[in-house]
Amino acid sequence: MTPQMLTFLVLAAVAVAGAVNVIVLRHPIHSAISLIVVMVSLAGLFLTLEAEFIAALQIIVYAGAIMVLFVFVIMLLNAGEEERTNMSRMARYVGVPLGIVLLGELAYQVGAASLSMTAQPADASAIHGLSMLLFQDFVFPFELTSILILIALLGALVLAQRREGAPAKREQQNAG
Amino acid sequence: MPISYYLALSAVLFGLGVIGFVFRRNIITIFMSIELMLNAVNLAFIAFARAWGQLQGQVFVFFVIVVAAAEAAVGLAIVIVISRNRHSLNVERINLLKL
Repeated sequence: MTPQMLTFLVLAAVAVAGAVNVIVLRHPIHSAISLIVVMVSLAGLFLTLEAEFIAALQIIVYAGAIMVLFVFVIMLLNAGEEERTNMSRMARYVGVPLGIVLLGELAYQVGAASLSMTAQPADASAIHGLSMLLFQDFVFPFELTSILILIALLGALVLAQRREGAPAKREQQNAG
Repeated sequence: MPISYYLALSAVLFGLGVIGFVFRRNIITIFMSIELMLNAVNLAFIAFARAWGQLQGQVFVFFVIVVAAAEAAVGLAIVIVISRNRHSLNVERINLLKL
């Protein structure tokens, strides 16, 4: 067994175990921590695929920013344990097997593709090529994402602000 | 090392995300299942980028991460509004549009 294979197997096992924990554990904060484990192990897998920039981005943006936002909201809403629902008989005897069949089928069909890694020039030009692509070929979508983030920022503000009472509006009327 | 191992792992993670999305009742956990699916797709993108020795796949993952950040911000704001209005995070209680 080659070292690459061993690294892959360990990281893949951690990722799958974390993903199972995300959907099995009943407390949202435990699910969030498990999801962070999945993301960190995926960052390790990105490193084995020679995508160093994306691995750093995965840690900083995903595991750092997005998951902190999740944990923040879980703490803010004081989300307790999920209440158990009486799962319908249909869901238990048809849904669960079908879900497992879907999982196995997807993994089998996709895994059957016979593609191997091509030899890539292993110099430090990956980040250079990535930035050339990002700021030349993809510069229009890149600028579009800044508008998208601006809209998301405004949308989150509008959605999350408190409407009842509206003291700000009253002050404006007094001033005007 | 064949790329299909990475693709199989990506498919398994995506399937687990789908199962979590369908079976869980807490709206925040459903959201986290969506993030899990996005991560699985990112892994497939990076694996294909490596298989063909091209960097476009990595650029696409960059955009996916950016859009996921925007989606998480708006989605969690919606979660806060729902929990403020319905006093519950259970999706079975959010049934205003149900007959």
